[in-house]
Formats: sequence, C-alpha cells, structure tokens
Amino acid sequence: MSDETPKPGGDPAAPAAGEAAGPSHREQDAPATAGERQAAPDIADLLGGEPGGPLTAVADPPADQSGPSAYRVQEQSIDFSAQLRQVATRDDAELLTINMGPHHPATHGVLRLLTTLEGEVVRDVKPIVGYLHTGIEKTAEDKAYWKAIPVIERMDYLAYYFNAMAYVGAVEDLLEVEVPKRAQYLRVIHLELNRIMSHLVWLGTTMLDLGAISIFWYAFRERETILDLFEYSSGQRMHTRYFQIGGVAEDIPAGWEQSLRRFLVEMPKRIDQYDAMLKRNEIVLRRLRHVGVLSAEQLQAWGVTGPLLRAAGVPWDLRKAMPSSSYEDFDFQIPVGTEGDNYDRYLVRVAEMRQSLRIIEQAIDGLPEGPWITEDRKVALPPRHELATSMEALIHHFKLVTEGMRVPAGEAYHAIEGPRGELGCFVRSDGSSKPARVHVRDPSFVNLQAFGDMARGEYIADMIATLACLDPLLGGIDR
Amino acid sequence: MEVIRSGGAQAATLSEADKVAFRARQSRARDLLRGELEGEELEQHVRDSVITTTLDKATKWAQGNSIFPLTFGLACCSIEMMSLVGARMDISRFGGEAMRGTPRQSDLIILAGRVSMKMAPVVRRVYDQMLEPKYAIAMGACSSSMGVFNNYAIVPADKFMPVDVHIPGCPPRPEAVMYGILKLRKMIQDDPTMGWRDRYKAHGTEELPPAEDGARA
Repeated sequence: MSDETPKPGGDPAAPAAGEAAGPSHREQDAPATAGERQAAPDIADLLGGEPGGPLTAVADPPADQSGPSAYRVQEQSIDFSAQLRQVATRDDAELLTINMGPHHPATHGVLRLLTTLEGEVVRDVKPIVGYLHTGIEKTAEDKAYWKAIPVIERMDYLAYYFNAMAYVGAVEDLLEVEVPKRAQYLRVIHLELNRIMSHLVWLGTTMLDLGAISIFWYAFRERETILDLFEYSSGQRMHTRYFQIGGVAEDIPAGWEQSLRRFLVEMPKRIDQYDAMLKRNEIVLRRLRHVGVLSAEQLQAWGVTGPLLRAAGVPWDLRKAMPSSSYEDFDFQIPVGTEGDNYDRYLVRVAEMRQSLRIIEQAIDGLPEGPWITEDRKVALPPRHELATSMEALIHHFKLVTEGMRVPAGEAYHAIEGPRGELGCFVRSDGSSKPARVHVRDPSFVNLQAFGDMARGEYIADMIATLACLDPLLGGIDR
Repeated sequence: MEVIRSGGAQAATLSEADKVAFRARQSRARDLLRGELEGEELEQHVRDSVITTTLDKATKWAQGNSIFPLTFGLACCSIEMMSLVGARMDISRFGGEAMRGTPRQSDLIILAGRVSMKMAPVVRRVYDQMLEPKYAIAMGACSSSMGVFNNYAIVPADKFMPVDVHIPGCPPRPEAVMYGILKLRKMIQDDPTMGWRDRYKAHGTEELPPAEDGARA
C-alpha cells in the first residue's frame, strides 16, 4: 500500500510544485507548517465553531432541554462539539470529512476519529476520546486503599495485573512496606503472562483488521491457556485482584507450576507458527512496511513509550531503566526496531513475547520459598487460623476490613513497563485510610497523541493498520 | 437397508413389520416423485412425511438459530465476547458467528462493558438503527447495574434502552454469555412474551417505515 505514485505529497500544507498558492492559503498554512497543533481553532470548535463558517453547517442544539428524550438532545450536542479544524490544502482539492466511530469495528473500542480525506489520502485525523469515561480515579478516592484495587484494575482491561501493580507499588512506596521476595517473583510471573496475553489479543485483532482471520483463533487459543492459569491462581479470568498491598493474595496452588511449565514449553512453538504465517507474508509486508513511520525524536516529543518507541530504535524499557519488583534479577533483552514503521512494531511485540517467556522461566526456576505477603499486620490481613486464637489478629482484621490501613501523608509515583508503555500511578495520601488523589499515566492515552502525525498523508486503509499497531486501549485512555 | 434408530437397545434392530412398513413408505415416496401417487395413498404419504407447522413457528425456529450479533465492544466484557467467537466456545455451533459490523444487518446487540453518559446516546442510536426483530443483551455488571462503578459517569442500559437478557459477572465468563444467548434463543423460539415489550408494556411500538413528511423514525 506504500506505492509512490498515487499519493499526493506528504505535507498537506505545501502547495504542489509549480502551483501558485493564493495568499489566503498561505496564511492558513502558516500555523500548520510551523508544526503547531492550531490550538486556537480547536478550542473555538469545541465551543461551537465560528457561526456561519464554511464547516459549521450543523443545526443548533435545541434550547429546550426538558423534553422527553434528553438523550437525543445530548446526542446532537456531541455532533455539534466535534467540528473539524479547517485543513489548508490546494485549491482544487476536494476534502471529505468522514466520521469513524465511536462504534466502528476497526477502532478497537469506542474511539472516534474525525477524518478528513482527500481522495483516499488522510489529510487530518482528530481522535475524540471520552466515550468510555468511567470516573475510575474519582471512584478510587472514595474507597479504602485496598478496596480501590478492583476499580483500578478495570482501567486498561488487557493489562489488569499492570494496573494493579502500578497502584499497589505506589501505595507500598508510601507505606515503605517490604514485599517478600516470593511475592515479587510471583508478581513478575503474572505480569509477564499478562504481557503475553495482551500482545496476543493485539496480534489477533490487528491481523483481523488487515483481513487475516485465522490468526485470531490461534491467538485466542493461547490466550485461553493463559487465562486458565490466571483462573487457577486467583479464581478469575480477568480482573483477578491477585496483587495485594504488600504481596499477592494467595500462594500459587498445587499443580500451577506444572501447568505453567507446560505452557512455557508450548508457547515458543506457537510463536514460531505465527511467525511462519505472518513474518514473510506478502500481504503483511505490503500492508505494514514503511507505513506509519515516525522518527524516534518525534515519538519522544509526543511522550510515546513502549513498543512504539522501541520499534523506532530507542531501547527504553522501565524494566531495565527503573527496575522494581526484582526485575533486575532476570536476564532478558529489549527488542528494538530500526525504522519505526508498523512492521517493526509487529516484530518488536512478537519478540517481546519471547523475552517474557524467558523471564517467566527464570522466575519460576528461581522462585524462592517463604511468605507471599508481608508479615506487617497493619497492612495485610492476618491468616485465617490466627483469628481463632489471637485477639490481636482479630483486632487487626477488624480494623483492616472496616476502615482499611492508614497511609502516611505524602505523594508517590510508581511507574512500570506495561504492554503499551510506561504505566504510572500517582497516589497522594493525606494520612487517612482513603487516597486523596489517584492519577494514572496511561500509555495508550499518551501514545494516541502521535496518531495524527503517523496517519497524516497515508491512505485511509493504512490508517486502520497504523491505529491497530498503535494498540490503543480505550479503557485506559478514558478511564 | 439397515436403519438404526436411537433410543433403547430394542429399537436398534427393527422388527420385521417395521421393515415392511419402511419399504412401503419408500416405494410410496418413489411413486410420488414419479407422479403416480393418488387418492388414499397420496394422503397416507402426506400424513407420514410432512410436518405441519405455522409459518410463525418456522420463522422463529430459523431466527433463533441464526442470530447475527453486532460487533460492538465497549470495555472489558468485549474481550470476553471476542473469546466467545474463539475456538473454545465457538458460538458458531449455535449459528451466531456472523458478527456484523453494521447495526442494519444485525439482530442482537451485546452491550459488552460499561456504558458511559457520553456513550449512552450513541448506543441508543445504534440500537435504533437495527431492524426488527432486534434483541439486546446487557453483558456484565456495568451495563446491567453499573457494577463496581456506582458513580457519576456510568449509566445502566435499562435506563435508556430495552434489554432482553442480563448476564451477571464482571466480566462474565464466555460460558455465561453463551448461556445468555441460549436463553435468548429460547425466548425467540418458545416464548416471545419473555421479552422486553411485555415487561415494559410496550406492545405496538414496533418500528415502522418513516412517515411521509420525512421525520426520522
């Protein structure tokens, strides 16, 4: 799809060679070519656009908001707020604005893309988020520290162990509690299993967007194996709430290690099979290579992290750069790409799955004996048998269950390497048993900023592939 | 020709009288195809080999076995909904594997995940765009009752659209979703009064073509 001939030049603002652009277009061009985001028109659009402007032919929202169908009224207000900024282009160019989403199978959730097309070439794309806003951060403020874990887990719903880990890590930093080594290793095993699972879902859905259906079934077959392991160790397939403040909820059950080892033997062969199907596949090569390229500098300017940045050749991985939870004990490599196109992103993610398997293997081999949650009774619940014999334990249990733990006042930011990049959780404590503020730096949200630069000047079909390779998770973006 | 019928050991081997009756039916069918069957024999043949039913029932049988769900994922539950199509659960056993990308081709909308206040009008519009007969499943705790997010941002599906089946869970296992879809099939085929129109006393609200003045239906 990256043929040279039919694609009009990469820079939409630049007039074609030999064509005299009118001064008005120059003026309109100026902010766009300067690399600015044209903030002022955007804000004007959000507030309703200039009345009578060329692109504002939308009916006013009805003044009467008290009608029987308040939802319909709200729906029109959404249409109204989403005006495109004007795209400067050539005189004879005919621009077409199409709206993708929020219900569209290729947007991986409820993302909405306002796309301006010139023919088949994307001239501008404006992601509109917020359709899955759940108020998770606000809800977490209203819950005790350990009761906030379930809502935090439901943000990025393909990386629930990572969400819990970032939050739990921040609270542990505030509490200055020592996490036992066994708990750290168990966390690493589950985190890396989660990473593989997330990449598998990414692989299946991305190839589905490119038109390859069968890989979806293969990827989901392996995903089911991983979910069986999660269910085995915690009782739930998704949102397991396995990570506790101070450790993990339970030790791994008997037989879990054997199941994991079976998976570790099986999975590399499966990845080889995916590679055999996709890596040299002509369609995959032509759809992904040299598409959606963005240089490392541009990516860093947007704050992009994770496989996207590594695909551009920057070996930035928080597991190496800021190791926490015993990641420094394991020997693994950071896969990087060379060009930063979609094909590199695919290669990096597949290579990451292999590295994750290496980490899991080392962690299960070196899994230390000992407690799986801290002995600190102010933080972790006492074991069940102690409740029958110890009054002290009963009091601790009562205090923890009713009020929760008191966390010393302060702030903590704990960042880990999620499947999509830096996933950080900021927690501010005012000394009470509920967090004063929880904020999450979600990688999908930050990475989505770079999407416009990736997609501009591409074909619309390539825009779909680029979005898929960006791997945005709307639950994490909107929170 | 040996015919083996299920249901007990003695039915496995046919008695001599059964074989004679079976051959008689075969020859009658052959005669029918040749056009040589008439009178009493023809009526006997029709009694033996034709099931009479109402068109209504036959349609419902077909509808229940070919539910086209809408590809519509909202949040966590949509991942479990995708694994419903996967090899382990394989919804195509029940004729539901044809996921449609557009509401105009689909019979069933599965609200897989939490519906936010911003998304609710969109969901409603998508539901309105579906053609009758249409069904809705609220999958998971969030779209049924807001689940763990009892806050300002989430709205339960019952508040803005009719729902036929609620599936509990956070997220529900694929088996649970399958059970919900089978419940829906049973509802379509056997007892349509289990549906929302009866519960909401909304008979007569079936959607009709738009009026002449161009008003949107």
